[in-house]
Amino acid sequence: MTDIQRFSNWFFNLSTALGETTVEVKPEHLREFCLALRDEPDCAFKQLSDVCGVDYLQYGVDDWQTESATGTGFSRGVTVEPIGVNPGEKNRFAVVYHLLSLTHNQRLRLRVSFPENAALIVDSVIDIWPAANWYEREVFDLFGIIFKGHPDLRRLMTDYGFIGHPFRKDFPLIGTVEARYDAALGRVIYEPVSIVPRVLEPKVIRYGN
Amino acid sequence: MEIKNYVFNFGPQHPAAHGVLRLILEVDGETIVSADPHVGLLHRATEKLAESKPFNHSIGYMDRLDYVSMMCNEHAYVLAIEKLLGITPPERAQYIRVMFDEITRILNHLLWLAAHGIDNGAMGIFLYCFREREMLLDCYEAVSGARMHATYYRPGGVYRDLPEKMPQFKPSKFQSEKEIAALNQDRQGSLLDYLENFTNYFPPRIDEYEELLTNNRIWKQRTVNIGTISADQAIALGFTGPMLRGSGVAWDLRKKQPYAVYDKLDFDIPIGTTGDCYDRYLVRVEEMRQSNKIIKQCVDWLKKNPGPVMIDNYKVAMPPREEMKISMEAMIHHFKNMTEGYSVPEGEVYATVEHPKGEFGIYLISDGANKPYRLKIRAAGFPHLAALNELVRGHMISDVVSVLSSLDIVFGEIDR
Repeated sequence: MTDIQRFSNWFFNLSTALGETTVEVKPEHLREFCLALRDEPDCAFKQLSDVCGVDYLQYGVDDWQTESATGTGFSRGVTVEPIGVNPGEKNRFAVVYHLLSLTHNQRLRLRVSFPENAALIVDSVIDIWPAANWYEREVFDLFGIIFKGHPDLRRLMTDYGFIGHPFRKDFPLIGTVEARYDAALGRVIYEPVSIVPRVLEPKVIRYGN
Repeated sequence: MEIKNYVFNFGPQHPAAHGVLRLILEVDGETIVSADPHVGLLHRATEKLAESKPFNHSIGYMDRLDYVSMMCNEHAYVLAIEKLLGITPPERAQYIRVMFDEITRILNHLLWLAAHGIDNGAMGIFLYCFREREMLLDCYEAVSGARMHATYYRPGGVYRDLPEKMPQFKPSKFQSEKEIAALNQDRQGSLLDYLENFTNYFPPRIDEYEELLTNNRIWKQRTVNIGTISADQAIALGFTGPMLRGSGVAWDLRKKQPYAVYDKLDFDIPIGTTGDCYDRYLVRVEEMRQSNKIIKQCVDWLKKNPGPVMIDNYKVAMPPREEMKISMEAMIHHFKNMTEGYSVPEGEVYATVEHPKGEFGIYLISDGANKPYRLKIRAAGFPHLAALNELVRGHMISDVVSVLSSLDIVFGEIDR
């Protein structure tokens, strides 16, 4: 693995698990770090494989406690509210970058997370890797994270006129509006969803499976 | 009088757009000034759906991403889960997976060649490609019961072993007994016999395709020096697979970061020189020959080495049906597996395969639950389509169609 410890004042920590290296980057140093990773000959991460938004709101939160038996079992089709919200010390939102170095045949994962109550703005890396163009648009669309310096930050995946950021954990799986043709008005109209969200299979966390 | 550039819509229902793509083209006369693809018309939020289901329930969604290279998508997904669980499938299962990955690669490239031919005005090639595709789809059907959306791979192996018998055609009022007997002639043996027969039958068919196209004057006029991209540009734009190799970069995950049993097999990686549509065509045709070679090696190995195709850890795998009838333990495992599923240890992985279109990656975050916490699909075609503006700027309108089809895009995976 390339020695990236020398950039240690640009990131919080570096960890390796399952053979993959993750670097928690300080948001204010993202751009200089990325430039160095691309241009230093012993790094040469010339390709940006992927940019991914993550919402840690319900990380480690299960629908059904497995530690103790309860009298209120989880029957099919029950609507549940999460028991708690984000008990860990993780910040809610993060952007994850996957880099690939073709010369050294190695991958690197960068994670930029946003502190509590901070604005969801991070510097764009589009001028470092042009591939970031659509990836950043997608993250903006689905998570509402803004990339400063992106020249064309439009929605990418969702419908024209869509409201909300659907991949956030507090956005319902079934969405908020449904469309139908209204014969009286002679056009397609949008209404609030009429179906009730259901959990078919509760989320449980078990250790030592 | 002032002459302004003209802006018009290409799609969303244009047959040459390969699915539902809305392309907004700005032209100056016949020359493209800018191309702005609007995607998302097929967005189904697969990643979010996967968050609400136990791990195994989403294998079927993977088939529906890139719906012309089904099993390769499944492979990346099960690799990610296996990496987190720390399990390795039996060697026979890995050979079966590699064999079907290569069958899938041929399926994908055949469909691509058929569509690329039609887009460039070569009608006949479409029929020939579909003739061979049908034979391979029969293999899909024999092994999984479905011609396309197989859902055949499982974390820990594959769903079941290869069948001893191929499905047979049946007489109908359109086909007599005699015609059916002729059709069934090469289906008398096992799936492996059928595939061995195919690997001998297929290379001369590729020669036929090449005879139609490779030195065809019109074909070359439509593809040579169209949509050219340099190696450095291709890397910076995130290109992988044949799109990158067409520009002369020998990068193939099967060789560089081998998974399954690719390191035990003998095959070559074709690369192009100029990075135009014609080179990408040559690369893909040669890849079909190489895939054929890999299938042959897998068939030989699989014929000689019977064995299990699934791990016997019943926390993850299903116990055999006979055992469920007599063992309480096995029945409990079955019940738990089919309802709640298995919990995957906390962690994050990025698993990739060399998909027919490029690098297909699954970034999986697990918080220790029976469902993925976050699943991100790195679709191979996504950066290719994103770079369309760079590829077509300055070309003519008719070249947009050539370039678009040489990207080999499928909206199932781009919109996800």
